[in-house]
Amino acid sequence: MAMEDDVLVIGGGLAGTTAALAAADQGAQVRLVSHKQSTLRHASGLIDVLGYTPAGDGPLVDPFDALANLPEGHPYERVGLETVREALSFFDEIAGDTYEGGHTDANALVPTHGGTVKPTARYPASTAAGLASDDRDTLLVGFETLPDFEAPLAAAHLEAAGAPFAARGVTIRFPGIVRDDAKVTRYAHLLDHDETVETAAGKTTARDALADIVRSQLEEEARVGFPAILGDEHTNTVRDDLAERLGVDVFEVPMGPPSLPGLRLEDLLYEALEDAGVRVTTGVPVVEYETTDDGRIDHVVVDRNGTEIPHRAAEYVLATGGLVGKGVRSERERVFEPIFDCHVPHPADRYDWFVDDVFGDQPYARFGLPVDRELRPLDVGDEPVFSNLRAAGAVLGGYDFAAEKSGSGVSLATGYVAGQRAGTEAGR
Amino acid sequence: MARDTEVLVLGGGSTGCGIARDLAMRGLEVTLVERGNLTDGTTGRMHGLLHSGGRYAVSDQASATECIEENEVLREIAGHCVEETGGLFVQRPEDSDDYFREKLEGCRECGIPARVLSGSEAREVEPYLADDVKRAIEVPDGAVDPFRLCVANAIDAENHGARVETHAEVIDLLRDGDDIYGVEVRHDSGPGKRTHATPGTTEEITAEYVVNATGAWAGQIGAMADLEIAVRPSKGVMTIMNVRQVDTVINRCHPKGDADIIVPHETTAILGTTDEEVSDPDDYPEERWEVDQMIDTLSELVPILEEARTIRSFWGVRPLYEPPGTGTQDPTDITRDFFLLDHADRDGVAGMSSIVGGKFTTYRMMAEDIADHVCEKLGVSTTCATADEPLPGSENIATLEAGMDDFGLRSPVARRSRQRLGSRAREVLETDEPNPVICQCEGVTLAEINDAIAQSGTDLNAVRIRTRASMGNCQGGFCCQNMANELHPEYDEETVREALDELFQERWKGERHALWGEQLSQAMLNYALHATTMNRDRDPASATSDVDFAAFDGGSH
Repeated sequence: MAMEDDVLVIGGGLAGTTAALAAADQGAQVRLVSHKQSTLRHASGLIDVLGYTPAGDGPLVDPFDALANLPEGHPYERVGLETVREALSFFDEIAGDTYEGGHTDANALVPTHGGTVKPTARYPASTAAGLASDDRDTLLVGFETLPDFEAPLAAAHLEAAGAPFAARGVTIRFPGIVRDDAKVTRYAHLLDHDETVETAAGKTTARDALADIVRSQLEEEARVGFPAILGDEHTNTVRDDLAERLGVDVFEVPMGPPSLPGLRLEDLLYEALEDAGVRVTTGVPVVEYETTDDGRIDHVVVDRNGTEIPHRAAEYVLATGGLVGKGVRSERERVFEPIFDCHVPHPADRYDWFVDDVFGDQPYARFGLPVDRELRPLDVGDEPVFSNLRAAGAVLGGYDFAAEKSGSGVSLATGYVAGQRAGTEAGR
Repeated sequence: MARDTEVLVLGGGSTGCGIARDLAMRGLEVTLVERGNLTDGTTGRMHGLLHSGGRYAVSDQASATECIEENEVLREIAGHCVEETGGLFVQRPEDSDDYFREKLEGCRECGIPARVLSGSEAREVEPYLADDVKRAIEVPDGAVDPFRLCVANAIDAENHGARVETHAEVIDLLRDGDDIYGVEVRHDSGPGKRTHATPGTTEEITAEYVVNATGAWAGQIGAMADLEIAVRPSKGVMTIMNVRQVDTVINRCHPKGDADIIVPHETTAILGTTDEEVSDPDDYPEERWEVDQMIDTLSELVPILEEARTIRSFWGVRPLYEPPGTGTQDPTDITRDFFLLDHADRDGVAGMSSIVGGKFTTYRMMAEDIADHVCEKLGVSTTCATADEPLPGSENIATLEAGMDDFGLRSPVARRSRQRLGSRAREVLETDEPNPVICQCEGVTLAEINDAIAQSGTDLNAVRIRTRASMGNCQGGFCCQNMANELHPEYDEETVREALDELFQERWKGERHALWGEQLSQAMLNYALHATTMNRDRDPASATSDVDFAAFDGGSH
């Protein structure tokens, strides 16, 4: 029995979910299949658009100025400046008040766990009170059992970066954490449920206990930053509660994996998929595909616990990620796209895939599919491989998202375009 | 004239540290200087094989006999650095029966316990051996951690009063007529523990006697006093796999050849190696074909290597030497024996001897010979005790093991920490402070990191070789910055940043040679973690121009 849909999206990260939502927005019946956990849990949850030009200039105050001057083949160049704006508006509607930054074209500089600042177009509301352009003095609070965030060092680093405020860091013991290797979700859970914890003063609640310790450390600072563990399901309540008890603004500092802001973004997107009626199947790899006589994809075959199930759709979106998400793979002699074997340009010798400076202009970081302006993958002769296949997100080549700080923006913009076009085409 | 020290040892590899320990234990005043970190030369760039002597049992029986003797000594004095894996010499159908028989007889002649296994018996020991492996000889090869062994020697030398200076490069030999009386060194960041971002200084260190234990670099040192020491550096590649495909050392049983050994090492397996003469031990090509050869050739012994994940490759340079006039062309034919060159006898220049050649397994025996020589020169009559006195970490290890607890750690982490620290485990791990895991891949906790920092200052590569933090699958992508975090607040933010950049770049150096498949994905993830979220590649704190903060979004409230 074949699954029949208008649009099939392959991949469940930011690009795939955006594509599915954009296609559904066109009235199409959409299915999304994904294989592994998305890379959102690795991501900071920040929605960056462009922090630096490909030549390394920046941080850019206005990403849209620079977007107009990107080289041919860059995903933003493919979709065009106005589309990037539309995609951001589309995201803003989905995110509602959970994200901020839409009031201005200017990038925000968000302090992150490394202690420096990162330029981004949108940021979770939980980080809003921590912006580095806000000149209020800041207390950063770290936890002895959470070595990923060394608050005094981060504070010194912010000052070294020239941030226009005094920053101070303290390290405290997190009330209620008994194991030294507790996961970040455990911290969040304690606060979400305001669990009863044991302190020197007796039994109290997690939020009260945390606020008590921090209050004793607070001097003249007008805001307090914590590593991003302030609740998962009830993060706004947790933050508001702490702010009320402390009498100052409270914000989160985005962290590395596993990242709660990344996981919250994932939850937000999957709730939106459900609301939009998108059918989602996770844990299933696409293992095969069949074409029609006129060179279109007829159907793909999905492996569901060992059973091969054909999925047929009028239009397909490939949003399987880049090297990290395994939408682009490699062997000693080649770099390839594993589902449709789309063309991935790369030097023949793998010793030309990298440069010696770890933060240099890394060729491997640009590996991915070349596409036309419709985002259809191109073969070696620059012709679309299939007329009904579009690609979005990190599977695309020609840009270095890590250096540019453009990963989320490219996923949004290309996911939006691929989904919208697929939805429109399928409706014809 | 009063001298700064009695004996000055040049070189912080296994030989230099072994000599420093030996002489210090004999009561001599010793200073050791090393250009980089301990083990930075050849010691830290070997495959980690503790020879049984089997490899030399046909070609060089004197070396083979020394190897089995020292193999047994190191199991006693450095048990916490040795894993008793055992080894196999594996014969494929195309390998010679005659050589197999010679190998077996050679082992027996040299006192190396050896037993023949059939092909199926060998595959019972190592299930991933190729189906057509004909038979094997089982020998007591082992795996040794050269980093911790070398560091333990240095620590013990210091415990006996020695001064050990790393990041102190010899820039001149002090020579007065026909007498060498010391060196001038350049301290990378001043004397004592290394601190990044601290300006360098120079220092003259005078000594009654100088021992040049710089191995492949001995010729460069000699040239500073117009002495010719014709070392013939020979490079070899080693490729590290992300898991142990084998738990036993696997040697190919053939006369000689490249890519013929697999050594299980901690969580990894190391494939080796090649043997190719180079002109400069600091500058030689590291090439793709060498890595490919390791995988392709060793897959004949262990086929799953073909598809396995490698995490990095590195090259080491053997300090080969042969006396003038020997004229061996092929470096694989140059003896692995060591030579003590007394420059008074050889060149008429007193005050210094050079030690060249040799191999890691017999480092202690070499050190003993040289220490004897130095003592004779200085008229000291004490005798060597290094074969009997355990190294720090290996004292009473059997009795301590019994009483070990887990120090509040999850048991896999506790087990690995105990293995690394040996008898120092309690001293390091018993703490009232929280002790979270810093390096998940290798199970290294905060307490162990802090112990290493106390020994080595801001040098995170020195922390790495002491703890294995950042040496696992992720190659430091997830833990480098957490290691650096622990330098604060003792060291300031800028110093921490420089130390982190150096470690991250060092990890990348070896990873470049493993950039395909899973490890290319890992490299992209590491790059993304450090550049995307932390913005470490374009850190405004390190940038030359200031950021106009006021021009950016200041919030909507």
